[in-house]
Amino acid sequence: MKICGPKYALCGLVLSTWGIIQLVLMGAFFFIRSVALIEDVPVSEFTSLNEFYTKIDAGYTQNAFNCWIAACIYIVTFLLSGHQFYVNSRSSLSV
Amino acid sequence: MGSLFRSEEMTLCQLFLQSEAAYACVSELGELGLVQFRDLNPDVNAFQRKFVNEVRRCDEMERKLRYLEKEIKKDGIPMLDTGESPEAPQPREMIDLEATFEKLENELREVNQNAEALKRNFLELTELKHILRKTQIFFDEAEHGGVVSQMADPNREEEQVTLLGEEGLRAGGQALKLGFVAGVILRERIPAFERMLWRACRGNVFLRQAEIETPLEDPSTGDQVFKSVFIIFFQGDQLKTRVKKICEGFRATLYPCPEAPADRREMAMGVMTRIEDLNTVLGQTQDHRHRVLVAAAKNIKNWFVKVRKIKAIYHTLNLFNLDVTQKCLIAECWVPVLDIETIQLALRRGTERSGSSVPPILNRMETFEDPPTYNRTNKFTKGFQALIDAYGVASYREMNPAPYTIITFPFLFAVMFGDTGHGMIMALFGGWMVLKEKPLAAKKSDNEIWNIFFGGRYIVFLMGLFSMYTGFIYNDFFSKSLNIFGTYWKVNYNWTTVSSLPSLQLDPNGTDYLQRPYPIGMDPVWQLSENKIVFLNSYKMKISIIFGVIHMIFGVVVGLWNHMYFKKRINVICDFIPQMIFLLFLFFYMVLLMFIKWIKYAPTNEEINGPYCAPSVLITFINMVLFKANVAPSEVCDPWMFSGQLGVQRALLILAVLCIPWMLFAKPFLLMRNMKSKMHQQLNNHGTENGDVEGGAGAVQQNAGTVQGGHKEEEQHDIGEIFVHQSIHTIEYVLGSVSHTASYLRLWALSLAHAQLSEVLWNMVMRNGLRYENWYGGVILWVVFALWAVLTVGILVLMEGLSAFLHTLRLHWVEFQSKFYMGAGYTFQPFSFEIILDSAQATVED
Repeated sequence: MKICGPKYALCGLVLSTWGIIQLVLMGAFFFIRSVALIEDVPVSEFTSLNEFYTKIDAGYTQNAFNCWIAACIYIVTFLLSGHQFYVNSRSSLSV
Repeated sequence: MGSLFRSEEMTLCQLFLQSEAAYACVSELGELGLVQFRDLNPDVNAFQRKFVNEVRRCDEMERKLRYLEKEIKKDGIPMLDTGESPEAPQPREMIDLEATFEKLENELREVNQNAEALKRNFLELTELKHILRKTQIFFDEAEHGGVVSQMADPNREEEQVTLLGEEGLRAGGQALKLGFVAGVILRERIPAFERMLWRACRGNVFLRQAEIETPLEDPSTGDQVFKSVFIIFFQGDQLKTRVKKICEGFRATLYPCPEAPADRREMAMGVMTRIEDLNTVLGQTQDHRHRVLVAAAKNIKNWFVKVRKIKAIYHTLNLFNLDVTQKCLIAECWVPVLDIETIQLALRRGTERSGSSVPPILNRMETFEDPPTYNRTNKFTKGFQALIDAYGVASYREMNPAPYTIITFPFLFAVMFGDTGHGMIMALFGGWMVLKEKPLAAKKSDNEIWNIFFGGRYIVFLMGLFSMYTGFIYNDFFSKSLNIFGTYWKVNYNWTTVSSLPSLQLDPNGTDYLQRPYPIGMDPVWQLSENKIVFLNSYKMKISIIFGVIHMIFGVVVGLWNHMYFKKRINVICDFIPQMIFLLFLFFYMVLLMFIKWIKYAPTNEEINGPYCAPSVLITFINMVLFKANVAPSEVCDPWMFSGQLGVQRALLILAVLCIPWMLFAKPFLLMRNMKSKMHQQLNNHGTENGDVEGGAGAVQQNAGTVQGGHKEEEQHDIGEIFVHQSIHTIEYVLGSVSHTASYLRLWALSLAHAQLSEVLWNMVMRNGLRYENWYGGVILWVVFALWAVLTVGILVLMEGLSAFLHTLRLHWVEFQSKFYMGAGYTFQPFSFEIILDSAQATVED
């Protein structure tokens, strides 16, 4: 089934490859509590050190999983655009 | 292989070709593509040249081929392009080719004509078919209405039919003749047509119309047009002529339509069978045409190459001079000295091929003309050479800046574009183009933007790699820092301090810092610090100036190589030395100050060498130029970086300023003195040579002397010109050194802008996907990431990349090349089939 043209399919392929690599890595960095990403971790108000640690810990883990979820969706996107690419290249050959 | 640093050594040659061998020889030279022929009959117009007939025949053949190609393209038949280039055929083969093309063209024209006639016929029949069908509906409606049913009654005389039927006649009306015409008209003309009819006939006609749903093909243009069927009822002959005139005016086609339903049915049957017949004939014509075109499509590219080669050869032969004996042609050409052997070999091959016994003669000539500039390039250096040539083609044998540009261009670009992530995208794109070079080049895309990128694929690739390196040094990866070696800073504050104060300082002179720098690049801790920009600005501004001053000094040194190569000692003494002193004593001194500051001052030192007492380099430099002394921030500090700095600075400044008059006046005075002494010599020669027997060389000089003497005014003018030129040159250099040094600050400015923009993009876009404390944050992140990626490529890589590219180009053209580059040459344009075929292809595709 053809949904989009060859250019969109290629665009989707490139974007999802990039997305998979970067999001998997970002997830890993969140998982190991990279300090460089601390500004991206959502933390609400806290009053004590322990509370801060638990909150930031939860935030890091949540973001890591979110990154991996997004990466998984990008795998789906990759397969979808790969299929579209294949369909397009076959239809262009048959002309 | 010639030198990469200068253009190829060229020589003017005279070439004697035997008439019979000329064609074959020129063909061989065209394949070689190393010879630039000069026009020896510039005052003869194109129609009076020797081989004008042949060129015309080639033009004619080309026209036929273009016609064929157009027809082939119209039918969408793929043309076989093997990419090979057949040799130029012998002149006698031209007749065969001409005959083939003539036959093909005539056949095609005939087929097309027939097809057009058939199509016209077909159109008429289809229109008639539609008329019959539509009018049938009108008549049927009328019958149901029962009003005009009698009109077509075959039992009655026409005159007896009345508009209102029997009742009208009975009511005292006159028996009238009611006629009608039917036809087809373009749909968009209907409203105007209707109005016109109404007005011209005062409402006495009755128009019915119906649209033909399917579009019809216009046989002359091949366009699809929409038409409508109309039928007009009227009364009387006058109205009939009027209606017909109007129809004619609106280009409506009228068709005879029988009145009786039976006749109509019969006619419709006839029309249908004729359409069927026509369809088969049309199909056969199409088939024939297709066969002819497919056969032609196999060879057309090959033919194009052959014809273009023949044409190019005759065109070149037209540039030659004919010997008095009519036995040989004389050509003049520029050739690279290193390739004379190859050219001679090619000429011998040409002679053998033509079966001639007399070898061609290649003769080197002396000339005073400036030879063309020929830089041999390969696919890697081509892009860089193009950047240089876009500014101006180097003068003959001048230093070519392209080899240095290969490194400095990507490097200066990368200083502005420092981000490992963005550099990686760029390098991947460039690397892909480099890897897939051959298949991509074979595609021959006519997309201009793509061709620009593809032409500069090696530049893009190198720029990407260098940006990855500078990004690594700046420790920027999509605006995030990589903590590869572990930061060398430590936070020793306890919880109460951290929670109570909004911002804290880390003291580099204590346990907060390991007292060793991060192994390579920026410490990742700076990414999270408040004063990151302040810290980076100081560093980036300094390195910008350091790179700039080194770049400019190098430019002046390249100028020295030029002076030495052209043996212009006067330029070394009057230009190079003062320029160098000026640059070194002022700006390189400032660079030294930066290094002294970096080395001497540190927070771990005692206070006099601590950060508080470190004098500002910029202020020191400004004070130096203004002849002022530095002021220390407090009594503890020393305002100077080293002892005796004030004296050294004053001496440097005075020496540098002294260089200005040196640059300004030394050269014109020296030139003037030289000229005067020359004049004296000539006058002396004149005296002694009277009656001298062997006055060969002397006589020439004597002549020159009298000529110069006769133009004394012009000489005065020359001196004035030299002065003006030199003063412009000096002012440009002195002011330029100042403004160019400042201009290199763009390295810092763009680098700062790039880093900030990528950080803003991350914070404004990407962070939105990372705020959610739930699983659906992943889905949002999926969308946000796509947006972020598109913006990264669009804004940061493409637009920022373009801007950094332009700034780098400017730094090379203006700041670097102005120090040595004349750029007053003209390019070597060899007679080469490859170039001719490529440009012909390009113009066809436009």
